[in-house]
Amino acid sequence: MLEIAKEAARAAALDPDAATPAIAPMPPATRFALRMRPETATEIGSVAGFQLDLPINRASLGPRLAARLGPNEWLLIAEDGETEAIEAEIASALGERFHALVDISHRNVGLSVRGAQAADMLNAGCPLDLSTDALPAGSATRTLLGKAEIVLIHEDDAPTYRVECWRSFAPYVHGFLQEAARDFDGG
Amino acid sequence: MLLIPCPYCGDRPEIEFRGGGEAHIARPRDPQAVDDQAWAEFLFYRTNPKGLMAERWNHAHGCQRWFNALRDTVSDRILESYRMGEKPSGGGSS
Amino acid sequence: MAGRNRLPRGGRVDRSKSVSIAFNGRTLAGFAGDTVASLLIAHDIHFVGRSFKYHRPRGFLSHGSDEPNALLSVDRGPGKIDPNNRATVAEAREGLVTHSQNHWPSLDFDVGAINDVLSPVFVAGFYYKTFMWPRRFWDSVYEPKIRAAAGLGRAPTEPDADRYANRHAHCDVLVVGAGPAGLAAALAASETGKRIFLADEQAEMGGTLLHDRTSMIDGKPAQDWVAEALAELRARGNVTLLPRTTAFGYYNHNHIALAERITDHLADAPAHMPRERLWQIRAAEVVLATGAHERPLVFADNDRPGILLAESVRAFINRYAVAPGRRIVFVTNGASAYAAALDAADAGLDVTLVDIRPEGDCGPELAALRAKGVTALTGHTVLAATGTRRVTGLAVAPVSPEGKIGARKILAADCVGMSGGWTPSVHLFSQSRGKLRFDPALDAFVPDQPVQATRSAGAANGRYDLSEILAEGFAAGSAAAGDSATRTFAATPTPTGFLPVRALPTDADPARIKAFIDFQNDVTAKDIHLAVREGFESVEHVKRYTTTGMATDQGKSSNMNALGLVAGILDKPLPTVGTTTFRPPYTPVTFGTLIGPSRDALFDPARKTPIHGWAEEQGARFEDVGLWKRAWYFPRGDEDMREAVARECAAVREHVGIFDASTLGKIEVVGPDAAEFMNRIYVNGWLKLEPGRCRYGLMLKEDGYILDDGVVARLAPDRFHVTTTTGGAPRVLAHMEDYLQTEWPELEVFLTSTTEQFAVIAVQGPKARDLIAPLVTGIDLANDAFPHMAVRTGFICGVPTRLFRVSFTGELGFEINVPADYGRAIWEAIFARGAAFGLTPYGTEAMHVLRAERGFVIIGQETDGTVTPDDLGLGGMIARTKPDFVGKRSLARPDLVAPGRKQLVGILADDPTLLLDEGAQIVADRDQPIPIHALGHVTSSYWSPACDRSIALALVESGRARIGSEVFVTTPSSFTKATVTAPSFFDAEGKRVHA
Repeated sequence: MLEIAKEAARAAALDPDAATPAIAPMPPATRFALRMRPETATEIGSVAGFQLDLPINRASLGPRLAARLGPNEWLLIAEDGETEAIEAEIASALGERFHALVDISHRNVGLSVRGAQAADMLNAGCPLDLSTDALPAGSATRTLLGKAEIVLIHEDDAPTYRVECWRSFAPYVHGFLQEAARDFDGG
Repeated sequence: MLLIPCPYCGDRPEIEFRGGGEAHIARPRDPQAVDDQAWAEFLFYRTNPKGLMAERWNHAHGCQRWFNALRDTVSDRILESYRMGEKPSGGGSS
Repeated sequence: MAGRNRLPRGGRVDRSKSVSIAFNGRTLAGFAGDTVASLLIAHDIHFVGRSFKYHRPRGFLSHGSDEPNALLSVDRGPGKIDPNNRATVAEAREGLVTHSQNHWPSLDFDVGAINDVLSPVFVAGFYYKTFMWPRRFWDSVYEPKIRAAAGLGRAPTEPDADRYANRHAHCDVLVVGAGPAGLAAALAASETGKRIFLADEQAEMGGTLLHDRTSMIDGKPAQDWVAEALAELRARGNVTLLPRTTAFGYYNHNHIALAERITDHLADAPAHMPRERLWQIRAAEVVLATGAHERPLVFADNDRPGILLAESVRAFINRYAVAPGRRIVFVTNGASAYAAALDAADAGLDVTLVDIRPEGDCGPELAALRAKGVTALTGHTVLAATGTRRVTGLAVAPVSPEGKIGARKILAADCVGMSGGWTPSVHLFSQSRGKLRFDPALDAFVPDQPVQATRSAGAANGRYDLSEILAEGFAAGSAAAGDSATRTFAATPTPTGFLPVRALPTDADPARIKAFIDFQNDVTAKDIHLAVREGFESVEHVKRYTTTGMATDQGKSSNMNALGLVAGILDKPLPTVGTTTFRPPYTPVTFGTLIGPSRDALFDPARKTPIHGWAEEQGARFEDVGLWKRAWYFPRGDEDMREAVARECAAVREHVGIFDASTLGKIEVVGPDAAEFMNRIYVNGWLKLEPGRCRYGLMLKEDGYILDDGVVARLAPDRFHVTTTTGGAPRVLAHMEDYLQTEWPELEVFLTSTTEQFAVIAVQGPKARDLIAPLVTGIDLANDAFPHMAVRTGFICGVPTRLFRVSFTGELGFEINVPADYGRAIWEAIFARGAAFGLTPYGTEAMHVLRAERGFVIIGQETDGTVTPDDLGLGGMIARTKPDFVGKRSLARPDLVAPGRKQLVGILADDPTLLLDEGAQIVADRDQPIPIHALGHVTSSYWSPACDRSIALALVESGRARIGSEVFVTTPSSFTKATVTAPSFFDAEGKRVHA
């Protein structure tokens, strides 16, 4: 009686049914902010299936996604429900090495943006050069979309982008992209 | 809008950054040992030069690192940027 | 049907597609490809508006975006009325409704035209001189009257019904202008395979070549060359062509703003398409091929409808196949107008040409024109135009090299094409901060040293010969793309002879004529003379005094004439007079384009907590706190705000309340040096705080003033859970990161924002423990096991929680942190259990009242960036034994230790029902002479249900020493008497939180 069913109770900030082929809210996920010295990342290479020895603003993709957002900062994304397991794995792998691991599974919301117009839609509010020369697949960076901060991960050349933003900004980011997508409705 | 060379991320548009004013104004190691005048100068006095200026920038909507850049305040040309703790490679005033 | 002045052949209009538009209620037919201007001219309509100041009849001056006169209001339906559209730019399309402006009651009969008769009164500086006295008329008479008379067109009253888009783009080379220079530049640049953008403000690309029917380029007619160049560019995958796109702003580091007009020219625009799009292009290199503007000639009544620029007459005839008149007199001081005269003659129109230059100074163009049988008068000046609503002729006379005026004669005309030479369009180059250089031969400023990665080519660079323009454009395009290719183009030579003139010589009294310099602002040569005579010698001052070069056309046609005139009057070389600063936008830009999608729901992100939806369903009223929407109060039935808040407060004091505190900022401070870092950032001591305990922390800026506050929990020796104020969250994290990265990089600490990881449910009131106890597992809630200011981790309803025992209400309280996606479910689970306990949801207003009753401060309400801990009576929190913390040294600054600082106190009005105004001033003696010395002000004021009276907090000079004394507080009409008290009104000892 006291326990609520966790799966049913995890109420996402965006309605997963609001997906279109071009813009789709992503399912809940496990996320961590992992911080450590650059040397530590070089030394350990990867941890818990997350590859860390990446150049800044690059990501290793897959079910355990690691995006290096700065010299000492990684965003880790895995499937929902893996929080405790990953926490334990990272803690044992890093041991006494100076690091910080903070659960941000619920802080962020993910959106998938894909299709031939994806870059143009993002460029309605993102000031970065999204050409494949400047931001090839496997790139990941924090940036802006309109008035919201996002993390932009270029996953593949479909192209597919993953947009991560803070929970309360998700309706704005979603709405902004939907508005931008209207430009291509008839085209 | 400036195009600012973040030492970690490369050229990025100004709206991703937050300015932090004049660079190389070190916080006194022992503030309590500093007299009122010197403390006021640390807090409030800035050179505001016409020409080359070293200034602090934070790539707030990017890698979130603080760094320094040499900017010509007349032309807005940014000559170089460098990480905290580093010195400019040349031409810098401090 | 297509208008009696439509020429039978030629032009680029599509005669197979007719369109009709309405002008002042008349329906008029034209062709696709017409502008509103060319369509009206086809129907012999020139009189299309009245001027700004004198309400003189005005017609078209130009055929492009520099048009100062022909400004129309365009009506495309509800919410789509737009004033000040240049008829020469607006494309005619089926069903377009247009109206002339600046007249009442009608264009033909206009009351304001009296201003033209009264014009001796309306000289430059008229407003400054006339409306000086009496002083009391400034606000009541002069300003309203002037405001009513000022302005061009009428602002729309409906919200804009169109949508607008925004796009960021990057390229290697941006070419602005698709005339011959721009096309050649784009061809050259795109050969390298780099990313090229070519933008042009017109519907069709080609620039002046679109109305050039005689020049040949590489053996082809110029217009065929344009078509081939565009086909070639379109075929190249690396080129983006942006027609109808005006580059209006050139900003730092080659950041260019452009406005693309997408649907205005479409009769049935698809609903999903934006009306306009703002392009923000970052270009590695820019080629400016923006062309040149033709100058008017300055003579009496040179503003009569039917008097156009010579090149515009040519454009209307050749490009739009309309005759601006049947009997055209061209007046010129250079060779370029001869091409227009030849084309007009070829079109079968009656043409005469008047050249100011002596016969001997004219080039081969003179003989060529005469060979066509056209009469050309050399060494003649124009004394005046005749006609009012339409030019009827020109009074011309021979003028000797010494300036002696001979006998005048009238040349009948229904159209005049005038050419005073050319002004390179250096606006964007100048915006890019490039320096200009005066070229005496061209009598114009041309681009000199660029400051950014930009180069100018073609007429924008003072190059007027077609083959030179093409070669220069090509070389510029190639160089911009990092190559060094050149190409020569075989093009028909362009005669470019030219003799600079200012106001045309006349035998009339200059004080009695109106020779217009700036058409849009009704500035005449006489006004410029007056301004200089009154001491305005700097061109920037002349500009502001006379308003020349201001308004929507920004002096495109008038600048050089004004400058030349000022230089002449001062007898100084023109370059020493200087030129005005060009600022964005190059041409007017709609607000919609600048705003783009940032309106309505996308104006700002509306941040909502995970519990927001529940509050909405309960009928909560919300207030904005930064970008957050916070539940303000929860009215029941007919309750007003005060009733609802009183009920909510009472429930918390007597039973239990539930409050959404999710917006509180949260920062996770992790690392072996976490406690040391906290010690340096906060005034408090942290080294001895045990894991599982909380402390109220206060942080200062380096100047000693309070930055933020909040409860901090130590979760583990190396992990703190910091909370900040809702509004202060980003500021505090930035402040911490700044010190960590730049002052103490040696500290082993990392900071992570967790504001949105957690939903925070505050359960406050005497029954709080009983309410939540059965839901919580893994935590002993007993008072001694879990005392006030403790933190525990465990589960609530099976969900992991960080449970804080804290209170901002003065009651026993808990703050339940759960992962955000579970926030609403946990809230509802608690709420479902709450009925038996009298559980009441309360909002931010009740929270404010409850904390004020206890005397708890809110940073940003009790503080304003100049308040120290001691000012708030919080000096005791400072760990004075710490060697250093941010702001410590400043607390010893002379001003911060001086006596008489404002201190936090309570204020109780003598009338307990009177609610003092927040911000009201406090004085010791209401009868002291003015200026009255204010002791301070009220910072918070509420109706207190617990005290059953009004209460207030205030910052008062030496406030603590005044406790018990009487003060006066301002009210909207007077003063009210009040008593200074300690800043706590309920449970001053703070016992209830320990229950």
